[in-house]
Amino acid sequence: MFVVFPYVAVVLAIAVLIYRYARDRVAFSSQSSQFLESPLLFWGSVPWHYGILLILLVHITVLVFSGAWKIWVAVPARLYTFEIIGMVLAALSLVGLIILVIRRLSRARVFATSTVWDWLVLVALLVQVGSGLLVAILNRWGLEWSLNTVVPWLLSIVRLNPQPEDIIYLPLLVKLHAVNAFVLIALLPFTRLMHIVNLPISYLWRPYQVVVWNRRPRVRS
Amino acid sequence: MDIRAQVSMVFHLDKCVGCHTCSVACKNIWTDRRGTEHMWWNNVETKPGTGFPTLWEDQEKYKGGWVKKGKKLTLRLQGRVRTLTNIFHNPNLPTVDEYFEPWTYRYDDLFNSPEGHDQPTARPVSQVTNRPVDIVSGPNWDDDLGGSAIYARNDPNLKSLTDEERAQLRKLERIAFFYVPRICNHCLNPACVAACPAGVAQPGAIYKRGEDGIVLINPEKCRGWRMCVSACPYKKSYYNWATGKSEKCILCYPRLESGHAPACFHVCVGRIRYLGILLYDASRIKETASVDDAELVEAHRAIIQDPNDPEVIKAAKANGVSDNMISTAQRSPIYKFVKEWRLALPLTPQFRTLPMLFYVPPLLPVLAAVKDGHYDIAGVADEELRPLLGSLDKLRVPLRYMASLFAAGNVGIVEQVYRKLIAVRIFMRAQRVKDMPDAEMQQILAQANTTPEEVRAIHHLTAKPTFEQRFVIPPLNREMAVEATVDPYQHAHEAGFSFRKVIKRR
Repeated sequence: MFVVFPYVAVVLAIAVLIYRYARDRVAFSSQSSQFLESPLLFWGSVPWHYGILLILLVHITVLVFSGAWKIWVAVPARLYTFEIIGMVLAALSLVGLIILVIRRLSRARVFATSTVWDWLVLVALLVQVGSGLLVAILNRWGLEWSLNTVVPWLLSIVRLNPQPEDIIYLPLLVKLHAVNAFVLIALLPFTRLMHIVNLPISYLWRPYQVVVWNRRPRVRS
Repeated sequence: MDIRAQVSMVFHLDKCVGCHTCSVACKNIWTDRRGTEHMWWNNVETKPGTGFPTLWEDQEKYKGGWVKKGKKLTLRLQGRVRTLTNIFHNPNLPTVDEYFEPWTYRYDDLFNSPEGHDQPTARPVSQVTNRPVDIVSGPNWDDDLGGSAIYARNDPNLKSLTDEERAQLRKLERIAFFYVPRICNHCLNPACVAACPAGVAQPGAIYKRGEDGIVLINPEKCRGWRMCVSACPYKKSYYNWATGKSEKCILCYPRLESGHAPACFHVCVGRIRYLGILLYDASRIKETASVDDAELVEAHRAIIQDPNDPEVIKAAKANGVSDNMISTAQRSPIYKFVKEWRLALPLTPQFRTLPMLFYVPPLLPVLAAVKDGHYDIAGVADEELRPLLGSLDKLRVPLRYMASLFAAGNVGIVEQVYRKLIAVRIFMRAQRVKDMPDAEMQQILAQANTTPEEVRAIHHLTAKPTFEQRFVIPPLNREMAVEATVDPYQHAHEAGFSFRKVIKRR
């Protein structure tokens, strides 16, 4: 579970993403339902996305700069602040997510256009954010203990030398959170989660107008 | 000079009877699929009226088009950073309610209901949810409701009118309305293209074709962010709720490429539609779109270049415009209507997208009142034979309304158009009836700034053009496009002249 599954999930995600990009690019995005229902989406989608983006950002920086984080959170005041910020963000995204679930259930037009995959994603995300928030509340100071447990395990996976003993003695909730993370990665290429890889950053600097030529004129005056 | 070619259109509103044949032809070819029910790439609106989607012209509501901020031209919708921060929820997206919830009827019930005392009915059911719905609006919901208080009264163009003019429009016996068919304008400065955030390496999913100016959405690049739907001031980009992609009018490019007029053009019963090539100076797009409101139409005319000017031809050739394309541009009916005769005007140019579909405004009846059981055209007595010419300010649909619709509020431009249109009428009538003194005719022509030759040419192209004169379709040379990727002969053997995937056998 902590040795093979992460690789299966990541390889599956990458392989299917590449396959779909090459062969099925038309479906390489998620289907927005804002056209069918807009107001409730605002209260769900906005807190959810901003909350989860910031939390993910912290997760990734902890993984990448674990050494720096160890020194940084050695001061209790900083640790407390980060824990509180994390809990607030997790609560924010959980509230957004719950609104999104309610919306999908209660708005007939959205419900009618939902697929099994959409529900799968919602359940997996609920488990992930819920377990994350519970861990934060029940097993306090995760920012500190995770640096010596979860992070080494994840890094060992990255180094292609998985060391499950760093994580198997942790509480069930933490293990659920870790495994479900890889479930989400595996789901990514099959579901609406795919939109994560569409980062429209280049919009910030691209020219406003786009002109496409079949044969680009060789001489420009 | 950066001369490019643009497939361009003129709709002659005087000839539009509002039959919707164009809409139906388009619907049958392109948007008869699930998810596209609300898409009317071509629709016909009654004016005054609120149009489709409801109140599309009201940019306070929809935030389409461009705005001039000082010297800068920005999207009314949002800046670049706001586009990304709004990406999780587009605050200005028209929802299905602004169009209509697509519905069908349970026809089965007509046949399968148990025997009873009542006639069975076919209930309307939503095509989204499959549940019964109450139909509250639909396509052409305000069709022909020119004077209605619920629909016509909300027309944004009425804001520029005086109370008197508005009252005059609504008076029961004087109700006047006309039709405006609309398709994508294939703008020179399209806001939909500018608003599209899609694409990591390559910019945008929407693009303007260099060779012919057709604006298209690439469904392989479209990620369904829906910003084009909001940014297009004409609301001619539609979101497909079933596939999660946006779609828009493609000007029937597969038909154009094989030498046929687009479907809506081909079927037009009133023969109101013209299609041809215009040459324009792409290096002046930004400055043209940035002039003051009152000068927009004139600037728009100025960016269109004379296809017979040797300098323009030279620059066009240097830019890769083919000889065939240039000779097509020289025969273009659009050039005549827009530039030579100055009769055709862009629709709501104040949105600054430089639309390339032009309209000849309709000649509506002048004010008349019923006196002693017959219509008395106002001012007939004073003006003798020229009631039409003298009564421009007495049109039932005021000039100011037309100016709001076709000239960004510049009444002078609309007035010039009307003077010429009326002169054509009077001149051609006088030719037949021979009841007008020559001196008076000369005065009329001078007032309209036209000549007998021009009037005859306008009359010919308006009243009795041939199919080939209405549609001067350019050679789009798609076969050349294939060369970029594969030897065209090879490609022709494998897949025909198209971009469908090559069939491989193993």
